[in-house]
Amino acid sequence: MTTQQAPAIQVHGLEKSYKELHVLRGVDFEVARGSIFALLGSNGAGKTTAVKILSTLLKPDAGTARVNGFDVATQAANVRESISLTGQFAAVDEILSGRENLVLVARLRHLKNPGRIADELLERFSLTDAGGRKAATYSGGMRRRLDIAMSLIGDPPIIFLDEPTTGLDPQARIEVWQAVRELADRGTTVLLTTQYLDEAEQLADRIAILHEGRIIVNGTLDELKQLLPPAKVEYVEKQPTLEDVFLTLVGTKA
Amino acid sequence: MSKHFFGDTTVLLGRSLRHITRSPDTIITTAIMPIAMMLMFVYVFGGAIRTGSDSSYVNYMLPGILLITVASGIAYTAYRLFMDMKGGIFERFQSMPTARSSVLWAHVLTSLVANLISLVVVVLVALLMGFRSGAGVPAWLAVAGILILFTLALTWIAVIPGLSAKTMEGASAFSYPLIFLPFLSSAFVPTASMPGPVRFFAEHQPVTSIVNAIRALFTGQPVGTDIWVALAWCVGILVVAYAFAMRTYRRKIS
Ligand SMILES: Nc1ncnc2c1ncn2[C@@H]1O[C@H](COP(=O)(O)OP(=O)(O)O)[C@@H](O)[C@H]1O
Ligand SMILES: [Mg+2]
Repeated sequence: MTTQQAPAIQVHGLEKSYKELHVLRGVDFEVARGSIFALLGSNGAGKTTAVKILSTLLKPDAGTARVNGFDVATQAANVRESISLTGQFAAVDEILSGRENLVLVARLRHLKNPGRIADELLERFSLTDAGGRKAATYSGGMRRRLDIAMSLIGDPPIIFLDEPTTGLDPQARIEVWQAVRELADRGTTVLLTTQYLDEAEQLADRIAILHEGRIIVNGTLDELKQLLPPAKVEYVEKQPTLEDVFLTLVGTKA
Repeated sequence: MSKHFFGDTTVLLGRSLRHITRSPDTIITTAIMPIAMMLMFVYVFGGAIRTGSDSSYVNYMLPGILLITVASGIAYTAYRLFMDMKGGIFERFQSMPTARSSVLWAHVLTSLVANLISLVVVVLVALLMGFRSGAGVPAWLAVAGILILFTLALTWIAVIPGLSAKTMEGASAFSYPLIFLPFLSSAFVPTASMPGPVRFFAEHQPVTSIVNAIRALFTGQPVGTDIWVALAWCVGILVVAYAFAMRTYRRKIS
């Protein structure tokens, strides 16, 4: 039933309230196949709520959402076959090793050769040396990489990343960005949420801003920039940003 | 029911059992309190307690101690479930093409295994302290059956705070009253020695009939109606707790 041409994600009039709190008040957007879509919004805007609805963890009060052509309300099992969720807080099993975490997910996705899948992903995410260690001993960046690696198992065509870099140091952030770009290069559709403008700017093909329960703008970076008055030409001495300094000192090529 | 239910439950059970073997302290902690009580009651208070029988006091009190073991063991069931909820791994599993109820059943079965190991440890210590039983294989099987039913009933109670608690303390606090219930029963002293209202409560609460049934099985006495009352209590609690736990669970996943 899935037509390749149909958008990977279609959301229409989505509403969700927690008691008196109307978090989503009619959200509409579409995400094209193979693109990176950023849902930008401040803390509490409802990004996680939207992602949970799309990943079948929450039921909307009104509106429809189709993921990979499947309705999240009536075809939840098909949706779950099509997606992976990387939640806001790295959901790894701390007591298991990195490798065991990957094997676990591969088994739960009913794949053959879980051990080989795990080893390949450890390699791809530079976790081979740490693969035998308990995930509890990992740094924030390593946990996030493991978390994302767990989401790639089974090659789901659509991946949700809820604030993938919140709380990470700049170096780990760049590692995650790299991983997201690689995903998109392989044709995976990525919906990511973020509070950071620069993250959306760096990664996304399209950016939608979620504010007070609605999408107030939705477009490419260039389209969004044209919403503002044309840039004035000013001559200023370019100072390195603190981030440039930090990354130079710790020796990462940005 | 999903066609993957049994396979997925097995995989997730393997995961939880690995948690237990990696932190065997949960089993030791579960067994240590009942063992300490047993030592205290037998070697400190035991001489002053009249049970109306000539056999050693450890024979008299072991059934109650076994119930206390289960009551303290299920605090860890709630704890393990709570940690999965809090860490986001529960949501990860629920967003995967995995049989959804497997996540819950794996915890329930883990609780059963962990409690049975603790019970065996406590019985072994009791044997060292002079516990002797003339019970044959059928009587031992009956005792095991009652304890399994009791563990399942308490486990489903534990699932409720495990799913809904906001803090770790909240997740395990529910077990305290369950641990103290045997003190207001025939577990340590005959109910006939208690003052009126306490005695009435003791004679009509589930622990007394369960303790009396197990005690009768251990000593080769006729079990009378106690065993039916005990089974009715266990099944009744099991059914009610299961219904409430499933309601809590459905709220969580919708
Ligand atoms: N389960 C819940 N019950 C009640 N309120 C909630 C619940 N989940 C989120 N909220 C509230 O809904 C709003 C949006 O939350 P969320 O979707 O997490 O925002 P974001 O991810 O954009 O920070 C916040 O005000 C939050 O406090
Ligand atoms: Mg959020």
